Amino acid sequence: MPRTMFDKIWAAHEVSEGLIYVDLHLVHEVTSPQAFDGLRLADRPVRRPEKTIATADHNVPTDGTPAARLIADQLSRVQVETLERNCEEFGIPLYSLGSERRGIVHVIGPELGITQPGMTIVCGDSHTSTHGAFGSLAFGIGTSEVEHELATQCMVQKRAQTMRIDYEGSLGHGVTPKDLILATIGRLGTGGMVGHAVEYAGPAIEALSMPGRMTICNMTIEGGGRAGMIAPDETTFEWIRGRPGAPEDFDRAVEGWRSLPTEPGAGFDAEIEVDASSLSPMVTWGTNPGMVVEVTDAVPDPESLEDGPVNPETAKRALAYMDLRPGTPITEIPLDRIFIGSCTNSRVEDLREAAEIVEGRKVAGTLRAMVVPGSQQVKAEAEAEGLDEVFRSAGFEWREAGCSMCLGMNPDTLSEGERCASTSNRNFEGRQGRGGRTHLVSPRMAAAAAVEGHFVDIRDWS
Amino acid sequence: MRPVEVIRGKVSVLDRADVDTDQIIPKQFLKRVERTGFGEFLFYDWIRSGEIELEPNPILLTGRNFGCGSSREHAPWALQDFGFEAIVAPSFADIFYGNCTKIGLLPVVLDEQHCRLLAEAGEARIDLDDGTVDCAAGVFPFELETDLKHRLINGLDDIGITLQNAGAIDAYESSGRAAAGPVTTAL
Ligand code: SF4
Repeated sequence: MPRTMFDKIWAAHEVSEGLIYVDLHLVHEVTSPQAFDGLRLADRPVRRPEKTIATADHNVPTDGTPAARLIADQLSRVQVETLERNCEEFGIPLYSLGSERRGIVHVIGPELGITQPGMTIVCGDSHTSTHGAFGSLAFGIGTSEVEHELATQCMVQKRAQTMRIDYEGSLGHGVTPKDLILATIGRLGTGGMVGHAVEYAGPAIEALSMPGRMTICNMTIEGGGRAGMIAPDETTFEWIRGRPGAPEDFDRAVEGWRSLPTEPGAGFDAEIEVDASSLSPMVTWGTNPGMVVEVTDAVPDPESLEDGPVNPETAKRALAYMDLRPGTPITEIPLDRIFIGSCTNSRVEDLREAAEIVEGRKVAGTLRAMVVPGSQQVKAEAEAEGLDEVFRSAGFEWREAGCSMCLGMNPDTLSEGERCASTSNRNFEGRQGRGGRTHLVSPRMAAAAAVEGHFVDIRDWS
Repeated sequence: MRPVEVIRGKVSVLDRADVDTDQIIPKQFLKRVERTGFGEFLFYDWIRSGEIELEPNPILLTGRNFGCGSSREHAPWALQDFGFEAIVAPSFADIFYGNCTKIGLLPVVLDEQHCRLLAEAGEARIDLDDGTVDCAAGVFPFELETDLKHRLINGLDDIGITLQNAGAIDAYESSGRAAAGPVTTAL
């Protein structure tokens, strides 16, 4: 019987029924301390430190603080120092403050070349789905599971259902992978993928670069999906080639990877088709990523949402929180802040696209705009291309790598009432700071909004 | 993990759909390195602003897709620390559901209509073994995977169970079925 990519990876990793072997475990400071504590209490070692890697990202100030002990916020400092101690004690390689390989956990895996096709990957972070862009099976897990994984190198998993979303046609000018995934979540709702491992397929996906594919898989969790996946191809192999973690016998590895894609005729539990050429730049108006419209639309009237995936009551509350009135054109929403960064859109390609827009222009009036590279390596690469100069002279702040204002666990936050165009993945209430209002967009849309002070349709903006 | 068998008591109602884990426990409280003490920060912004009131009853009844968003296990820790022993909702986000079962916080899926009736009843007895929610409005059955039920009723630690299977993991690793994979310590 023809098999899906998911089926193949699952079968290759099943130790016994429902017990899945893990090839790579990514660790960060927020969801791991209690897991290491649990190991110590039960006197259990880490089974495979060489299949584990750690970095500090969520709590890290982006001002260039050079070492954990110098982090000003006491709780953040304790968390990062705890991670350092735990990694030392259990023999896990760590890229902490001061390391040139440090960065957002989902940026550094692919960057080091350790995210590879056919692997199972876990991390105590829901955006682990990012790694599925390489044709791996990647899950976000909770802290108890982190402990379980450290102790056993396995995870107890119920087999997910499978879904394929087929994107026909190609993305139009100015329409990015971020818009594609936002539009998909808008259509299916934030619970539309629950219980499913989602394979993104079709010509519009095949045409994308790895960063674009990562953006899409990254946000699978915002649709409620368990994992996002994209079949590996030449684009994937070329990304991995030559990176520090690339297999020694690369050609042989590639040969194996070529057998991973879903076979023709394989069945999925759900199949959906989307015409990629009909998609537009998207902007969220509410407090979850499914509350999204095309940039040419207006803020919707909650009553009109009756038949869609967004609950009208939830929409009303969202509009009150966002301080928006139904009928307001999206392009007339004024902004206070711009954030370009996060594991969704902080790779060099994202920064290049944004830089192209702001080059030779200035950030509007009183607006505060910042760019936060996803890793120290992204930062170095961008600087080598002169992107930092482009951003700086336009009036952007250029920061050190970290999660930054994606979640406001570090000094980068929105103030009460501030409105932000953000390239991150979550527009939940208070996500970027208490009382802060988030509109999710692509890097290009964020960059153009920085110049104009409000959203613009990037397709006819010049 | 404490065994879970019967949960009995009043029902606290949080009548909202799509409640995300950022609301359950806002990120400023994720910086603790301990497992306890999160209860006082539960729904911090909503409770502090007076938007909602919540009694620490044994049962929390809430809307669909509860626990969506971030995978933080701090959310179930906070709910449990606050005093809840069972959460009843028409549906749950996947990771959240799994996280609850790891710590013995019982997630119960009931359809919307039964949820409404339960809210009116205000009190219930949840029997895990029978798989029923028993309240003044009736006895409503709910599903729980057999394995999971066994673990919850016996308060079994997942790691202990898996390690009973250590032989199978050894066999898997030496079988060559495990992809060689990158070696992080050699980077
Ligand atoms: S950038 Fe945001 S979403 Fe990504 S890992 Fe960091 S906090 Fe999570």
